[in-house]
Amino acid sequence: MPSDRSPEIGSTVSIQKQIFNTLLEKLKAQGYEVVGPHVENETLVYAPIQKLEDLPRGYVTEQEAGSFRLVYTGHTRYFDVIPGAQSWKQFLFPSHANLFTLKKTDGAWEMETPRPTAPAYAFIGVRGCELAAIQIQDNAFLRSDFTDPIYRVTREKAFILAVNCMHPAGTCFCASMGTGPRVQGDADLTLTELEDVFLLNVGSELGRNILAGLPFESASAFVLNAANRGLERATLQMGRNMDTSDLPDLILNNLDHPHWRAIGERCLSCANCTQVCPTCFCWDATDTLSLDGNQTRRERVWDSCFNPGYSYQAGGNTRPTIHSRYRQWMSHKLGTWKVQYGTFGCTGCGRCITWCPAAIDITVEVADLRKEIR
Amino acid sequence: MATHVHTHSPASPSERLLEPVWAQVMDITNEAEGISTYWLKFTDPAVEAAYTFEPGQFNMVYLPGYGEAAISISSNPADPTLVGHTIRFVGNVTRAISRLKVGDVVGIRGPFGSYWPMKEMEGHDVIIACGGIGLPPLRPAIYHIMNNRDKFGKVYLLYGARTPKDLLYPTEFEEWERAGIQVQVTVDRADEDWQGQVGVVPMLFYRFRMDAPNSVVLTCGPEIMIRFVVYEGLARRVPAEQIYVSLERNMKCGQGSCGHCQLGPYFICKDGPVFRFDTLQPYFNVEEF
Repeated sequence: MPSDRSPEIGSTVSIQKQIFNTLLEKLKAQGYEVVGPHVENETLVYAPIQKLEDLPRGYVTEQEAGSFRLVYTGHTRYFDVIPGAQSWKQFLFPSHANLFTLKKTDGAWEMETPRPTAPAYAFIGVRGCELAAIQIQDNAFLRSDFTDPIYRVTREKAFILAVNCMHPAGTCFCASMGTGPRVQGDADLTLTELEDVFLLNVGSELGRNILAGLPFESASAFVLNAANRGLERATLQMGRNMDTSDLPDLILNNLDHPHWRAIGERCLSCANCTQVCPTCFCWDATDTLSLDGNQTRRERVWDSCFNPGYSYQAGGNTRPTIHSRYRQWMSHKLGTWKVQYGTFGCTGCGRCITWCPAAIDITVEVADLRKEIR
Repeated sequence: MATHVHTHSPASPSERLLEPVWAQVMDITNEAEGISTYWLKFTDPAVEAAYTFEPGQFNMVYLPGYGEAAISISSNPADPTLVGHTIRFVGNVTRAISRLKVGDVVGIRGPFGSYWPMKEMEGHDVIIACGGIGLPPLRPAIYHIMNNRDKFGKVYLLYGARTPKDLLYPTEFEEWERAGIQVQVTVDRADEDWQGQVGVVPMLFYRFRMDAPNSVVLTCGPEIMIRFVVYEGLARRVPAEQIYVSLERNMKCGQGSCGHCQLGPYFICKDGPVFRFDTLQPYFNVEEF
């Protein structure tokens, strides 16, 4: 096999699984910090990975409303585990980031703005729902009239290897939201895992360069068929579904519906759903003043529409009740987001369902609201 | 606090919108109990030369170590070299501002947001209805009208405060009257010296006859007052498209980025604070939305 060739953009090639280690080596050699799913402290995280064996081979996650279990079944697939609480948001939009530091010298405040720096990340194993979430956050942070400097430097440099989902979890509903299980957006490479090979679809020049010189073969009709059948099966195996046909009107026309109060009875307003949500972008800015009063660090931190202080102002709290906060969250995700950015703010990843301690299920709440209105 | 600041920043202009520039407190006017106007001048002459604002816009005022507060600009837009902020001391940041002295320095980001439709209002009668701390964001509109008086029809200011002592800018009312603005003032509770009207602002709509189809209503104040001002306007057949409302919410960024000030699809800091009422109608009466 010639070693200097590279595949065409748009083509799909197949590689032996062990060759993936060479691909990871190449990414590292090009300066990327390679991060991917990894089992650590008995749970699934996104962390630096060195080699194929660092991936959670043999694991699955069992996810239901309010329940997450990482289970070792011993299967032989590396990319078959549906993600946990973490998402790529923690790299692109970190929970804490410095905006600037002020130092008082001779009575004057001197501003130090950190040159926004971040490693060039290679994200390994970005699911369709997660890639959609990144594109949704792009709309929020990379606007023509305002670009978030911290988000931009990380996003621009990121190499994305996406993964088609073959075995969705119990709380998944990406098929309803049109974001998966087949990866929909632009990735540098998109991987489909079959029993003995990885199929890689080349999405960019960057992806093409990484594959250049690696021993790959053109994907045969047989393996492409196997991948397509697997993805069709995955679509049918979604644990959840959501009828979006009458959204956002269903919600925006029923903001006074008593069902919101019923949800408010169960919701703890803990903000878990917004912390695990890969599209939630709300942030607060806080000052941390040194004890001598001569230095302050202004920091951007994640906030949540479920936090009591979120809508607090001099005139009082705009949303003092829990049901009004839940309504804000859901009517934003499935309603007003569409007006603001042209897409839903939900990708069907199911994290808010899995990680809700009260087991509130957005797909059930939408269905119940619809039933009660009819 | 001193007056000179050195800044090093690598980011492009649209990325520097989260960094304040500095302004010195040149004067402080005590307006009422717990409310003062701070007159600010930018320390960097280049910033001062470039700074303009429209009536109804706001700045984020920053005190290092305390944080930022969104404060409307209450001064004359024709003179943006001295920017006035009338501030009520109610929160962490504004209470710290109350301890500032002339010569101190604050951070400023802005101006942000939409503004009163001064151009579209030309040729119309104007009704400015506001309560309490709702007058400061309308004072630049009053100044603009005074600067261009012949471009507007009849102009009414309907203003109310809790007590006579809480009225803002009372010494200016006469000057506004002289400029052809009919000033109607009311208080919730009179004191023994008060000779004027007692009652809420919407009641002032009963004290004059308006040419409704040709009128534009501008309103700012407590939400309940805004609700009834809008009602009085609509009841007199002022078209919803000719009623403008300025709203207030918790704000952190001023860029429609941090999410706090959302009302339905709107970011009040970017799409507002001034809204044409018909665009608010679907959301305005939803409780706690």
